[in-house]
Amino acid sequence: MHASVRPAVSVNITPPVTTGAHRETTAPAEMRMSISKVNFWYGPKQTLFDISLGIATSKVTALIGPSGCGKSTLLRTLDRMHETVRNARLEGEILLDGKNILDQDVTLLRRRVGMVFQRPNPFPKSIFENVAYGLRINGSKVPMAEAVEKSLRHAALWDEVKDQLHKSAYDLSGGQQQRLCIARALAVEPEVLLLDEPCSALDPISTAKIEELLVQLKDLCTIVTVTHNMQQAARISDFTAFLLTGQLIEFSPTPQLFTKPSDPRTEAYITGRFG
Amino acid sequence: MNSGLRWRKFVSNFMLTMTGVCAVVAVSALFFILGYLVYNGGTSISWNFFTKLPAPVGENGGGMANAILGSAKLLALATLFGVPVGFLGAVYLAEFSGAKIAFIVRYAADLLNGTPSIVIGIFAYTLVVHPFHRYSTYAGGFALGLMMIPITLRSTEEFLLAVPRTLREGAMALGASKWKTIVSVIVPAAYRGILTAILLAFARVAGETAPLLFTALGNRYWSHGLNEPTASLPVMIYTYAISAYDDWHRQAWAAGLVLLTLILVINIVARAILSRGVSVPRA
Repeated sequence: MHASVRPAVSVNITPPVTTGAHRETTAPAEMRMSISKVNFWYGPKQTLFDISLGIATSKVTALIGPSGCGKSTLLRTLDRMHETVRNARLEGEILLDGKNILDQDVTLLRRRVGMVFQRPNPFPKSIFENVAYGLRINGSKVPMAEAVEKSLRHAALWDEVKDQLHKSAYDLSGGQQQRLCIARALAVEPEVLLLDEPCSALDPISTAKIEELLVQLKDLCTIVTVTHNMQQAARISDFTAFLLTGQLIEFSPTPQLFTKPSDPRTEAYITGRFG
Repeated sequence: MNSGLRWRKFVSNFMLTMTGVCAVVAVSALFFILGYLVYNGGTSISWNFFTKLPAPVGENGGGMANAILGSAKLLALATLFGVPVGFLGAVYLAEFSGAKIAFIVRYAADLLNGTPSIVIGIFAYTLVVHPFHRYSTYAGGFALGLMMIPITLRSTEEFLLAVPRTLREGAMALGASKWKTIVSVIVPAAYRGILTAILLAFARVAGETAPLLFTALGNRYWSHGLNEPTASLPVMIYTYAISAYDDWHRQAWAAGLVLLTLILVINIVARAILSRGVSVPRA
């Protein structure tokens, strides 16, 4: 669509729905989501150009790139959080389990695609109520205490907070708050969990805990994380997409992208020549 | 050179002193009024003042029980009318409206806030008293409620807008609709500020006299229900203060003292609520 104005990009994974062709290397069995030909504008300014990539089921996919490259914007289109911004416009197709998310009810979609933000944003409620929030607003009938415990265990926070569930979430440390936000997102049992630089406001120890957690959570749901920390992407992800000025430059299995990048710009970025 | 420096020092010290003096004047006005009220009205404050009807003209004693109850009824009505309108209007402004509509509503609210209270009184008279041929608590409550709307609206909006965007996103990312997000996250996060705003609006109209002259009128006896003219503290102060009797003057001072004390207490409570911290600390 914008091929005439764009430099050639090497996209190794194309969504099966549009081409049916898979990558040769370690082709994942299933795609949970597939993004095809997504263009995005804030007002008159285009910030994403013709992005196509697949999100593999039960894997961690990392979006990397320098500030302002569009990685957060791309992530936010996956649960349509971009619609909270005025003048945002999206063209293209984003499939979740084969169905276009843009045609679905947005609140139902967001129950299936959870999101954790850059800064911990617990609600001004108790720890328990934070985790129970998603279940309550969805009118869930599951036993609340069990569901909350399960989510807190999944987020590796249970042992630290089990005796203070009714204290304010603001009494927790930043790292604990972020794990609480992960527990809150997990409580509604999403199929996909989106994380927008989840560790950028945290200290190294909290960061390590969350990284470890994400790798474990793969069994529970598909994970897409945005990070500006390349080492983090290398440590935790199975696939990495490198974006630059709104374009997808390279999308490969993580080891391949970091050891044998196929695009010179990827190589320049991961070796620290810019960004 | 040396005299220039001395002059500069003199100007500096002079201005510093003047600012201090003005600050003291501003503060002492309140204490002066309070002291004067206590001095003149303190002696008339008794159990009777709170429990008895006004004594007939010429007799000493009596109280203002009907005016105290009347003020309570008027303020309750005003709150029931003004707060929901101001609050829901603020929610609309902060969460739903476009920039243009928000600008117009804010501007209108500021103008309404600056409208002389006597004009509000005449407006309420035309709208409520005149068609029904009746002065009433309803009319007075309506006039006071009208004055509470802009104060509640503007400050509630400020507190709603101060709730971090990240909290809204957190709720919406869990599949909460806009309305659920507002009810379950945003308003609870801002409730301290909103409560303070309501209390301050309440305190602001508690002492209003002019809007009541045309609406609630006044009453030397108990007012039954809400559809009769009723006594109120501010109007009682007005009537008693311009009367010819010393005993009435003393009672007017006492009523002023009661009213000012009420307003002070509300203000202090509002401060205390707010100073317990904004309920959403920055992450």
